[in-house]
Amino acid sequence: MSTLVFIVLIPFVSAFVLGMVYLFDVKKERYCFYAALGILAPMLSSVLALNVGWQVSALETDAVVHATFFKWITLGSFNIDVAFMADRLSVVMLSFITVIGTLIHIYAAGYMRGEAGFGKFFSYFNLFMGSMLLLVLADNPIIMFVGWELVGLSSYLLIGFYHHDSANIKAANKAFMLNRVGDFGFIIALALLFITLEGSGYSFASIEAHIGLIDHSMLTLIGMLLFVGAMGKSAQIPLYVWLPDAMAGPTPVSALIHAGTMVTAGVYMVARFSFLYNEIPDVGEYIAIIGAFSALFAAVIASYQSDIKKILAYSTMSQLGYMFIAVGLGAYSSGIFHVFTHAFFKALLFMGAGAVIIALHHEQNIFKMGGLKKELKLVYATMLIATLAISGIPPFAGFFSKDAILAAAFASEHYSIWIAATLTAMLTAFYMFRMLFIVFFANAERKNDLLPLTKMMTWPLIVLALGSATAGFLGLNEAYGGSNWFGGFIDLPDQSRHLSHSSEYMLGILNVLMAVIGTALAYRFYVKSAIEPKTDTLWRHAVIHKFYIDELYDLLVVRPLRYLSVLSDKLIDQKGVDGILGVLVSGYKFSGGLFTRLQNGKVRYYALYILAGVALLSLKILDVLGGI
Amino acid sequence: MTPENFFLLATLLFSIGLVGVVSRRNLFVVYMSIELMLSAINLVLATFSRLHNSMDGAVIVLLMIAVIAAEAALFLAMIVHLYRQRRSIDSDVYTALAQKKEHL
Repeated sequence: MSTLVFIVLIPFVSAFVLGMVYLFDVKKERYCFYAALGILAPMLSSVLALNVGWQVSALETDAVVHATFFKWITLGSFNIDVAFMADRLSVVMLSFITVIGTLIHIYAAGYMRGEAGFGKFFSYFNLFMGSMLLLVLADNPIIMFVGWELVGLSSYLLIGFYHHDSANIKAANKAFMLNRVGDFGFIIALALLFITLEGSGYSFASIEAHIGLIDHSMLTLIGMLLFVGAMGKSAQIPLYVWLPDAMAGPTPVSALIHAGTMVTAGVYMVARFSFLYNEIPDVGEYIAIIGAFSALFAAVIASYQSDIKKILAYSTMSQLGYMFIAVGLGAYSSGIFHVFTHAFFKALLFMGAGAVIIALHHEQNIFKMGGLKKELKLVYATMLIATLAISGIPPFAGFFSKDAILAAAFASEHYSIWIAATLTAMLTAFYMFRMLFIVFFANAERKNDLLPLTKMMTWPLIVLALGSATAGFLGLNEAYGGSNWFGGFIDLPDQSRHLSHSSEYMLGILNVLMAVIGTALAYRFYVKSAIEPKTDTLWRHAVIHKFYIDELYDLLVVRPLRYLSVLSDKLIDQKGVDGILGVLVSGYKFSGGLFTRLQNGKVRYYALYILAGVALLSLKILDVLGGI
Repeated sequence: MTPENFFLLATLLFSIGLVGVVSRRNLFVVYMSIELMLSAINLVLATFSRLHNSMDGAVIVLLMIAVIAAEAALFLAMIVHLYRQRRSIDSDVYTALAQKKEHL
C-alpha cells in the first residue's frame, strides 16, 4: 500500500523544497510560503496517517500493512528493502506524532515569526517529521536505524538553530555526540542480530519468527546493547546530560523533538523489540531500575531549577524514566500509553512555556516571571490542565497512564522500583506546581509590557489541552470502569500480572495522595512569594549544580580525550609523522639544490657535461667491446 | 704517411676544439673551437674515404664544407645579435637557460 510511502515521503519532499527555496535567496522573507508549505506537509501526512490508522484498526489485531518503496541493498539472496509497515503499535505512534506534530508546526509558525532563517527552520522541522515517521514505520531494523540517525541529525540542526551563540553550538554537539555513544550500542546490537540470524531475513517479523535461533547469553547481550541505544536517544542515566542542554533550541523544537516524539523513540524501540525482551526478563529488570533511578534523579534536579525550559527538560527525562519502568517490567502497552499521553501534556507544557517566554521578551527564568495569571488567561488555563495531567490528578490523562505503570511495578513485586516511582510522582507534582505557582501566581516586578500572542500560538494550546484532559480515558482500567481499550487495541505481548481491584484502588488513592502532598508543598512555599533558591546548604549546592554530573563527565571523558588528542596532535603528528616527512623533504631540497647548481645556464658547462657523458659512454663501449 | 697519423691529428684537433668550447668564454673563440672540431671530423671522414677506396666520405666532406660556410654566416649573425642585447661577447653573461634564482 503506497499510502505509507507517501506519509514518510511528503515531509522529506517538503523539507527539500523549503531548503532549496531558502538557499535560493537567504535574505528574502517569504513568511507565508514557508509557513504554508511547512504546515501543509505534516498536515497531509497526518490525514494519510489517520486514514491508515483507520484501516489498520479495522483489521484483525495482529494484521500488518506492508509497503515496499524500493529495493535498497541486494546481497545474493539477501535483500534489504526500503519498506514500511504499519501494525497497531506504529499506528498509535503515527497518529499522535503527525497530529501533535502538525499542531506544533502551526504553533512554530507563530513562535518563529520574524526570526532570521525562518525557511531553514521549517525545512529542518519537516526533515525531522519525515525522519521520525521513517523510524516509526520501518519494516526492518536497518531502516529504523536510518530514521534513528536522521532524527538525531535534525535534532542537532535544530538545537544549534541559534548558531550565533557558541553555547548553543556546544549544546548541539553535545547532543549529537552523546547520541553517537548510544547509536554505537544500537548498531552493534543490529550487527549481532544479523550475524546470529544467519541471513534468515531481517524484517521485524522474520526476526520475531527466528528468535529461537539465538542462544540466551547472546540475546542478553543484544538486549543490553539495544538498550544502550535507547538510553542515548531517550536521555536515561548515564547518557542523559544532553537533554537539558538541548533546550538551547527554539521552544517549538523542544516541544516536538525533546518532549513528545524523538526522545520516546527509545521506548518505542524497546516495545518494538518486545518479543526479544520477553525472552530476557533480567535485562528488562535492569532497564526498569535505570528508568526508576533516572525518574527520581531528574525529578530531584527539576525541583531546584530556575530555568522554565530546564525544569521541563528534567521533567521529560523523569517521565521517560516511567516509560522505561513500564517497558522494562514487560508492561509494554502501559509504557506506550504513557508515551501517548505524555506527548500531549508535555508538548502543551513546552508550548505554554514558549508562549510565556515570547510574551516576556525571551525571559526564561521563572523567578523573573510571576503573576501572569491575569494577563495570560488562556495560557494559564491550558498550562494548569497540563500540570494537573502530568502530576497525576484524575481525571486528566497523566493519572491513568502513570497509575498503570505504578500498578505494574507494584504487581511485579519490585517494590524498590515501585517506591522510587511513587516518590517521583510526589516530586513531579511538587516541581510542576512550583513552576506553575511561581510563573502565574507569585509576585514579581516586570519592567516591560507583555507582548501579545497570535492566534497561531494559542489555539494549538487549546487542542492539546483537550487532548491532555481526555486522552487518559482511552486506557481506562477495568478497575475504573473501563476496559483498557488502548491496551487491547495495541496488543503488545505484555507480561500479565494480576492485581485485585481493591489493591488497584489503594494504589490509585495513594498516587492521588502523593500528588496532592506535592501540590500542597509547592503551594505552601511558592504561591505567595518566589525567591530563587540559593546555594547555601551542601544539599542545595549539589542539586542546583545538577550533582556535578557534567563536571564529572568532563573530568572522566572529555579531558582525557582532549589530552589524548593534544598528545597525538602535538607529539605524534607534528613531531613524529611530520618530522619524518620533514627529513625526507629537506633531503630532496638539498639534492635539488645540488642539481640546480649544475644547471647554471652557462653553455660551456653544458658542453663539459656532454664531454663527461660521452667519455663515460665511450668507456662503457670500450669495456663491452673488450678494447681495454 | 699512415692513416694513424691522420687519426692522431684529427683527435688532436678535436680535443683542442673541445677544450676551447669548455674553457674559453669569448664567443668568437668558442665559435672557432667548434669549427675546429668540425674540421677534425671532416678530416676523419676524408681519411676513411681514402682508406676504403670509396668516394662517399669525400662527398660528405664537400657537402659539409658548404654547410659549415652557411653555418658561419648564421653563427656570426647570432653573435652580433647577442652583442646588441647585452653589449658583451662573454658567453657566461647569457644564462637564460639557468634555474631562476628565486627557485633555489
